[in-house]
Formats: sequence, C-alpha cells, structure tokens
Amino acid sequence: MAVTVRIPAQLRPVTGGESVASVEGATVAEVLDGLFDQFAGLRERIADEQGGLRRFVNVYLAGEDIRFLDGVATSVPDGAELTILPAVAGG
Amino acid sequence: MAAEKLRCKECGTEYPLEALYVCERCFGPLEVRYDHGAADDVATVRRRIQGGPQDVWRYADFLPLAGGPPGPSNHLASRAGLPAGWTPLINADRLAERLGLREVWVKNDAANPTHSFKDRVVAVASARARELGFAVLACASTGNLGNAVAAQAAALGLPSYVFIPADLEEQKILGTGVYGTNLVSVRGNYDEVNRLCTELSAEHDDWAFVNINMRPYYSEGSKTVAFEIVEQLGWELPDRCIVPVASGSLFTKIHRGFAEWIELGLVEGRLPAMNAAQASGCAPVANAFAAGQDFCQPVRPDTIAKSLAIGNPADGPYVLDLARRTGGGVDAVSDDQIREGIGLLAETTGIFTETAGGVSVAVLADLARRGDIDPDERVVLVITGDGLKTLDAVRGSFEAHEIDPTLEAFEAAVGSAVA
Repeated sequence: MAVTVRIPAQLRPVTGGESVASVEGATVAEVLDGLFDQFAGLRERIADEQGGLRRFVNVYLAGEDIRFLDGVATSVPDGAELTILPAVAGG
Repeated sequence: MAAEKLRCKECGTEYPLEALYVCERCFGPLEVRYDHGAADDVATVRRRIQGGPQDVWRYADFLPLAGGPPGPSNHLASRAGLPAGWTPLINADRLAERLGLREVWVKNDAANPTHSFKDRVVAVASARARELGFAVLACASTGNLGNAVAAQAAALGLPSYVFIPADLEEQKILGTGVYGTNLVSVRGNYDEVNRLCTELSAEHDDWAFVNINMRPYYSEGSKTVAFEIVEQLGWELPDRCIVPVASGSLFTKIHRGFAEWIELGLVEGRLPAMNAAQASGCAPVANAFAAGQDFCQPVRPDTIAKSLAIGNPADGPYVLDLARRTGGGVDAVSDDQIREGIGLLAETTGIFTETAGGVSVAVLADLARRGDIDPDERVVLVITGDGLKTLDAVRGSFEAHEIDPTLEAFEAAVGSAVA
C-alpha cells in the first residue's frame, strides 16, 4: 500500500531535495521504516536510539497528530498522507 | 555584537545566526548563544542599560541584533518600530494582603503598544528579520501575537500575514485586522494553525514567520521581562515568579534572562523559583508535571484562556525541567478560577488583565492557599495582556445601577452605601 509522506524542509538535504516521498506500509512505524530505507541518514535525524521518534518530531496522519491516534502503531490506509514536521514552532 | 551563533538545545550542534530554528541533526530547537567574554565591567554595563531608551533596546547587549538597536542611527533598520517593553512593576500590597503574602509585585505587560508582552518578541524578531533581508512578516497566533505583528508591520511599513484560529475573541480579531494585515482565519485550533504555518514557512522562505523561522530571535525578546524585573527591583532578584504558559517560550526565557545576569554578575543571588500557570482546559504541561513525566502529551484545548490554548507546547519539556530544578511547579486552574482571578487583580491593583493574567492570579492564589509560598518571599506575578482583549470573561460579573436622572432615583437605588 502506497502512502504519501511530506518531508519538512529540514530533512530535504538527506532526501536529495525531495519534499514528497511515496512509501509502502500499513502502520506509521512501517511507513517510517520504509522512508528510512529509502533515504540514508534520515533515521538518526528523527528517531532516537531506542527506535522511537525524537521528542521534537511531530507526525500527522491526514492532518491529525498521531499522538491523538495510536502513535507509531496507528494504521495507515492506502493513499493516505503522512506529514513530518518539527515541533519547536509557535507560541 | 555579543550574539555569536545558534546552538541546538538538544545536541549542541552550532549554526550561523540565520533564519534557522530547527537542528537538522536531531530536530531540537535552536537558541542564540552569546559571547560576553570581552564584556565591560558590571558597573559600566549597568550604566549603559540605565542610560538607554525606555524600551527593550536598553538591553541591546543581550539581544541578537548584528547592527545594534533599530533607530535613526542604524542604516540597516532606520525605522525604530513600536517601542515595546519597560512596562510598570507595581507593588501589589493589597493583593498580597488578601492572599496572606508579604510581598507581591505585578509586572504589567498589558502596558505595551498592542497591550501584551508579544510586542517585545515581535520587536526583536522583526528587527532581526530586517537585518536578514526579509520584507514580509508573518505569524501563527492565538491572538496577542497577531495584534503585535500586524501593528509592528504597519509601523515598519512591511506587508504581513497573520494566521489565527477562527474562534478567537472578537476584540483580538478586530485589534489585528485594523492594522491592514492579511488576516487568515483558519477553521481549526491553534495547533492546526501552527502546523499549517510550519508547512507554509517551508514554502515561503522569503517570509519571516516571527515564531517559526525567526523563533530563536523572537523568543530572546522575552528575556527583557526578567531584565526589567531585576532593574525595577533595584538590581535584585525576586524569590519566585508566576508565569502563564502556552508554548512555554516566555517561561523559559524569563528564567534565561535571570540566569544570564547572574552569570555575568549583573545581579547577585539565587535563581527565582519558577511557577508555570495553565488553564485546566489546556494543561498539557501541568498534566505532565503532576504525572512526573518529562514530556507533554498533547491535548485538545477547551478554555476561556484562548491566548494559552496551545495543546502541543513546543517548550513544554524545558518548562517541566525548569519548574522542577528551581523549586517551582506547574499548576492549572478552572475557567471559574480564571474569572475570579481577573476580578481579584482588578479590585486590588486597578489592573484589568485578560484571561491569561487571570490564570496567573488564580495559580498564585492556589499556591498561597496551599502554603506553597513562604510568607516572606518576594513574588512577581507576570501579567501578559490587557482585559479589554477578552471582555466576555467579565460579562455578567457585576451589575450597574440603572436610574432616572434625578436625585431621588439615585438615593433610592444607590443611596450612600459604599461598596
């Protein structure tokens, strides 16, 4: 199942400038793993040593923060859009 | 200038002083670092501050501008913009008495050009934005920031874009649109506005989003609250500060202001205990504090304190750390307590604050009631905005005497009773 992932500007240096990627996966975790396989150097930027997301990384499924869903275990429907954004904005 | 670089608060990676706000290695927030190594002696710096303008630029040594304060003598920024800061610090003796405390001071930041502390951060962010060559200002706002950005852009002659949640108080919407900004009312809450603006800032990299790509500079402006408190207390520190928390930026930077001056010897003493104030209808930081966690689970805000309605606070982890390290805390109060807090401050000090200030007052009252404040402490209550911005909060809280224009009617309805 293909999912569209929107890449924030801060990660585009490791995606060759791409702002959108198409990745297979049935959960957020699977999609992120697929994304990390596609782009070397991405994993250590947004995942911590335990494999979870770093604390200043926000991930949205169709605009909804995945922490309001099931976190990285959230299932992702085919054709959905996942957005990765830095959490330090605003206020 | 003393500002020398940006540094990631998480991993320490360093960056030049550009329009960057996120560490590319770990996504941590970037913060301005200074080199005060060759600074003048304490007396000289104090004299320079005291001889400076009565606004945030008196603290230019501690703000991240390359070309010095904006104004007629600065070729990079000849327009000075709105004069933010240097607001009154008032001895609230009757408020203290009502709460059984000895010494309470109110830092009244409603006394800013657009009636909230946001004029400080916008002054710094817009000045730095112009140094970096930006010609458009923008922001994601819960209301007060929108007022400040729209007004500052008008003062500087720059176009601006202000993004707000559609359900904001009418006073805050009117007080933004009047300045001729491009006002964008988003069907969603602040966190959704912020997400949209974070995405937009990547697509419009020629816009200075004051609280996104300018955030390291913007947030530095909040240090001036701490500097003013110290100066206005006669170069002394308070024992405790009560600060409302939305994103947590103001809270962390007030602490940083005290810490910088202690480190440089400009003031002596220990860091004040830092107490954060939230509304229980949007208390992600207070919840985490109570649960002993070092991260915040986001919430969906539902509170009359709309200026604090950030369910996903960017600086939440740092607020938790500072509250614990300084012997402070993070508390939340109900909407009814907020309304009571607004009334209590108004009746005892003559200061009419918006709902966020009601949150601070109510938390102070809770701390006093619980005995969490030593009666001998010197406490500073930070009031961030004006009550005229959130009039609904006090609607119905009192009754006027409506009478015919005759002496008899007055005597019958009011008489000589003194409330």
